[in-house]
Amino acid sequence: MTIVHIPASLRRLTSGADRAEATGNTVGELVDDLEARFPGLRAALVQNGELVSRFAVTVDDVVGSAGLAEPVGAASEVHFVPPLGGG
Amino acid sequence: MSTTTNDEAPRQFRIIGTRPLRHDGIDKVTGRAVYGADVTLPGLLHGKVLRSPHAHARIVSIDTSRAAALPGVRAIVTSDDLPDVKGETEQVGEAAMNPRDLSANILARGKVLYDGHAIAAVAATNPHLAEEAIGLIEVQYEVLPPVLDVQEAMRDGAPILHPGMRTKGADEAPDRDTNVAEVHHFEQGDVEAGFEAADEIVEHTFDTAMVHQGYIEPHNAVAQVNADGQATVWCSTQGAFDVRHLCADVLAMPLSRLRVVPAEIGGGFGGKTTVYLEPIAIMLAARSGQPVKLVMSRSDVLRATGPTSGSHIRVKMGATKDGRITAVDAWLGYEAGGFPGSPVQMGAMCIFGPYDVENLRIMAYDVVVNRPKTAAYRAPGATNASFASETVVDELAGKLGIDPLEFRLKNAAREGSPTAAGPRHRRIGCVELLESARDHAHASAPLGEPTGATRSGRGFAVGFWFNAGLQSSATISLNPDGTASLVTGSPDIGGTRTSCAMMAAEELGLPIEMVRPVVADTDSVGYTDVTGGSRVTMATGLAVHDAAQDVKKQLCERAARLWKVEPDQVRFDDGGVDSLAQEGERLSVAEIAKKAIRTGGPIVGRATVNAQRNTGAGFAGLMVDVDVDTETGRVDVTRCTVFQDAGRAIHPAYVEGQMQGGTAQGIGWALNEEYVYDDQGRLQNDGFLDYRIPVALDLPMIEPVILEVPNPAHPYGVRGVGEASIVAPPAAIANAIADAVGVRVKTLPMSPPRVLAALHERE
Repeated sequence: MTIVHIPASLRRLTSGADRAEATGNTVGELVDDLEARFPGLRAALVQNGELVSRFAVTVDDVVGSAGLAEPVGAASEVHFVPPLGGG
Repeated sequence: MSTTTNDEAPRQFRIIGTRPLRHDGIDKVTGRAVYGADVTLPGLLHGKVLRSPHAHARIVSIDTSRAAALPGVRAIVTSDDLPDVKGETEQVGEAAMNPRDLSANILARGKVLYDGHAIAAVAATNPHLAEEAIGLIEVQYEVLPPVLDVQEAMRDGAPILHPGMRTKGADEAPDRDTNVAEVHHFEQGDVEAGFEAADEIVEHTFDTAMVHQGYIEPHNAVAQVNADGQATVWCSTQGAFDVRHLCADVLAMPLSRLRVVPAEIGGGFGGKTTVYLEPIAIMLAARSGQPVKLVMSRSDVLRATGPTSGSHIRVKMGATKDGRITAVDAWLGYEAGGFPGSPVQMGAMCIFGPYDVENLRIMAYDVVVNRPKTAAYRAPGATNASFASETVVDELAGKLGIDPLEFRLKNAAREGSPTAAGPRHRRIGCVELLESARDHAHASAPLGEPTGATRSGRGFAVGFWFNAGLQSSATISLNPDGTASLVTGSPDIGGTRTSCAMMAAEELGLPIEMVRPVVADTDSVGYTDVTGGSRVTMATGLAVHDAAQDVKKQLCERAARLWKVEPDQVRFDDGGVDSLAQEGERLSVAEIAKKAIRTGGPIVGRATVNAQRNTGAGFAGLMVDVDVDTETGRVDVTRCTVFQDAGRAIHPAYVEGQMQGGTAQGIGWALNEEYVYDDQGRLQNDGFLDYRIPVALDLPMIEPVILEVPNPAHPYGVRGVGEASIVAPPAAIANAIADAVGVRVKTLPMSPPRVLAALHERE
């Protein structure tokens, strides 16, 4: 099972849980899987079929560029993190 | 400069790591380089912008009739001429951007939100006429009370900048108007249990002043719009494609209708990653039918372009007797300026970046105030945050009786340590950096003896910055004489043009003089994100590296064709192709290029990258000695050593330049710089005489120590180096002041009155 780390700002939707196991081949499928147990999570992460702009995704600590289509493995760890910029 | 190399499998380089002269050097020292304000066109008009004298006011009416009647005036625009664009935040390059806010910042829509907010613009046949016309525009205001800092803006009953604003990201956002645009929350482990396990806890509150990047070249834009609607803009920018995107968004025009030409740039430091004048110039040019130039004054730059946030920060940290941090808790509030979008989130993610912390809680608030909309500034958000956390680290170590550097080493982030948002670090050089600082001669050099009222002290702090990746493109064209033209889309602020050329030359086996780098406009190179996030040498360099592989592949194919062998029977090696079928047979790059016409035509290598996964986090530390005059409160920096992990220094002189430049800016932030407003929100120091950035006489030699802990995700090991060096200076200087006189100054800048106040408070 893939481990999805829940951002602190969304833990109100997971009864405070900071991580959850989920099934799927992509980040989007993981979100769909989690939505069944944690209603509202998908709406917080997905808008118009895309990952919302306030989050990027990392799979196994590497920033992905495919958003919800980012592939994941069964032993992967997924984080939703703020997108990074700079000066 | 001393260099430490920790590369486990070093590759021998021919050009990388050397210090060739920059390709643009001659033009710059002889004054031939063309900056935006130098651009001129036939029939050029000159534009001026009318700016608000009020920090917060409702615009009742704007009457431009007298200005329009002035002979020589060709066009006038206000926000009524801007399309009503959507208000959904989107990602543009590295930054989140709300087109409606951007539009209202370019020309005020209904309200002015800070002193200097643009209201209208005029194009006339000469600058004096344009200035006169601006004075003829009549604006009626309903002046409103301003709100100028985070604490004031967050109190109940504060004047509201944006009626209807609700806090994004809040668990239970109250259904009432607020100045808190967004809240960010990071939490890991069990913070309360962590503090219970601590033997010592330190907690302090800090304030930092709004400061400007202080680039020497003011913003400028020249626009020309053809009769068919095709527009061209020449401007000073860190990202031509971002200018194109932002202008197209606020003007509701197709991207293909706009070509943006990045002129040479006289500094940016993050401040030239958005647009102010460019859309106005396009509108004025379209309306007048003539090209239009706008150039800001220094006052315009300080009043109306994006500085970085002032902030209010509380940090609490606990540790055990043996020096292990058990828990951290931070609250950060950053001034966003008149519209949402401070770098508080990044400050939150950097505040404990150098440390491996299990139990962590950070709350971060983006707060609108009646100041100019903030823009990026070198490691946005991190310097404010580090000032707070690194001061607390220093004091906590002292209370535990542990050397602060050893305390940092004991808790240092390393490969596998979690970041604030959760993902774990890959290979990083924080430990190596701290060890280098501990072992440096500066660390054990004697301090000056007390003389008169002067006391000497030494301080250290370490800063963290993520470094960005984003997208880049590169094209390498081989010329028939064997030279190469390298085209990228990254405006060159810190020598990246030459760094990129060095990487191309390294791969192709050419002398650096044979590679000519060019920074192209948006129609002449593939999409390239902004020069920011310390990403160009890493990400555009990666594109250059990959484009060179494309060239080498084509060279091998051409050589195989000439020798009538299969491509797998040739091999590229150091500036030429060897035949594996016939020993000793070799063609140089020049020989193959010369015969390209007979082997398939021009040889052009290209590459595009999304380098998000290739980034390598950066750390920089500063060791600083100060003299504190206890009678006047003046602080002099007497010795400075800056340590930074570059991963791989492509051109060490440019890395050193970034380290020294960032340190100098950090010293200015620490000791002198601040926006000073009166109680009505009018900026009092809108020039470099009163907004005092450090000059050469204020600074000692800043000795750079480059460390090279290669970034495993990059072919040369490059990490970004443009930002991290600004993070540590304020905290390092605060720690040095504490070492010298025994008081903690917790407000930036640590100007003489504040240092004196801290001394008097102790007494």
